[in-house]
Amino acid sequence: MALRRHFLCLALPLTLLALAPAFADEDEWVPPVRHAETLKECGECHMAFQPALLPAGSWRAIMGNLSDHFGEDASLPPATAASIEHYLVAGAGRGDPSLPRITEQRWWRHEHDFSPGRFARPEVRSKINCAACHQGAENGYYEDD
Amino acid sequence: MKKTSPLLILFLISLSAPALAAGNDAARKDILDGYAAAVGPGFAGFSAERGRALFLGPHAGGKPETPACATCHTPDPRATGHHYRTGRDIPPMAVSVTPDRFTSQAEVEKRFGRDCPAVLGRDCSPLEKGDFITYLAGQ
Ligand code: HEC
Ligand code: HEC
Ligand code: HEC
Repeated sequence: MALRRHFLCLALPLTLLALAPAFADEDEWVPPVRHAETLKECGECHMAFQPALLPAGSWRAIMGNLSDHFGEDASLPPATAASIEHYLVAGAGRGDPSLPRITEQRWWRHEHDFSPGRFARPEVRSKINCAACHQGAENGYYEDD
Repeated sequence: MKKTSPLLILFLISLSAPALAAGNDAARKDILDGYAAAVGPGFAGFSAERGRALFLGPHAGGKPETPACATCHTPDPRATGHHYRTGRDIPPMAVSVTPDRFTSQAEVEKRFGRDCPAVLGRDCSPLEKGDFITYLAGQ
């Protein structure tokens, strides 16, 4: 189960990491999640989103309110939550920190400016099911579709 | 130093798969024993039949969108489920298909603590937790 996902991410050559630029709109690759707790705890209900997809302020807002996480209870022991927040903030990207959602960020809406019907398809269900359209999403590849 | 025979190595590898399965079974049994102890003196065994009813629902009291465990875990425990909001795949709950199900106390408690309130509007009792695992361990 979850182990397989961890393995895929770990198996990515480390050399790629060294070459990776910071995330910007036109970049092809977002550094994948390499923090075991984040992969596990933030990868259960949706894929574990890469730190660079949101600015630090958005991550702090999300991590500060896990008991009401977009209507779900995603609460964690304080030590685990702190460790995850530290990791996400350290790798945070650019964007509007007043928006907690990736899918509300301007760059995201710009890239996905197509009929909302595409998100409603049964194999997609939700905008946040990135991997339904981007096969390599969990490894940080979004240009593949 | 004597070289280890390749046959011996093959033999050892062939041993490790069943050993892993035995480890999973032992861990699952520990968790079930813990719930049995928590039920207390009147405990008369867990029931796969009650576990099945809990799994399939429908229940009232929780969120209207999730009337059953099966809403996300699918009515067929051997099938891959989907989180009802995010679409994320959830590996099958049946232990025959996902052998490491219900083998981490922390993981199991965390998910019961989230999923029972979402479906039932309250926590599951130790008896319900044991019934649920007993049902899926037999699937
Ligand atoms: C119990 C299930 C669950 C867990 C665990 C969980 N999430 Fe979520 N998350 C959700 C749901 C449900 C949504 C909203 C889905 C929707 O609106 O389509 C969401 C939305 C999000 C979003 C916004 C996505 C967008 O752009 O619209 C982010 C970011 C996020 N989660 C991060 C996290 C992080 C970080 C963790 C780990 C600390 C985490 N989640 C753990 C269920 C969960
Ligand atoms: C309904 C399908 C769909 C979903 C769901 C989806 N995307 Fe996309 N995404 C696309 C399409 C189509 C494009 C534009 C074509 C392209 O460049 O691949 C795109 C483009 C992108 C790009 C720009 C890629 C580039 O060209 O550099 C990024 C980054 C991205 N998406 C991230 C995400 C993230 C993160 C999520 C989940 C929160 C997500 N997408 C969900 C379909 C989708
Ligand atoms: C909103 C969707 C959803 C509903 C409804 C739901 N679950 Fe879950 N459940 C999940 C997710 C996501 C996971 C974590 C992913 C995984 O373990 O594969 C999970 C995992 C579990 C686990 C952990 C299994 C393990 O191997 O450790 C248990 C126990 C569990 N659920 C019990 C229940 C029970 C009992 C119900 C009904 C009262 C229920 N769930 C309803 C989404 C749901």
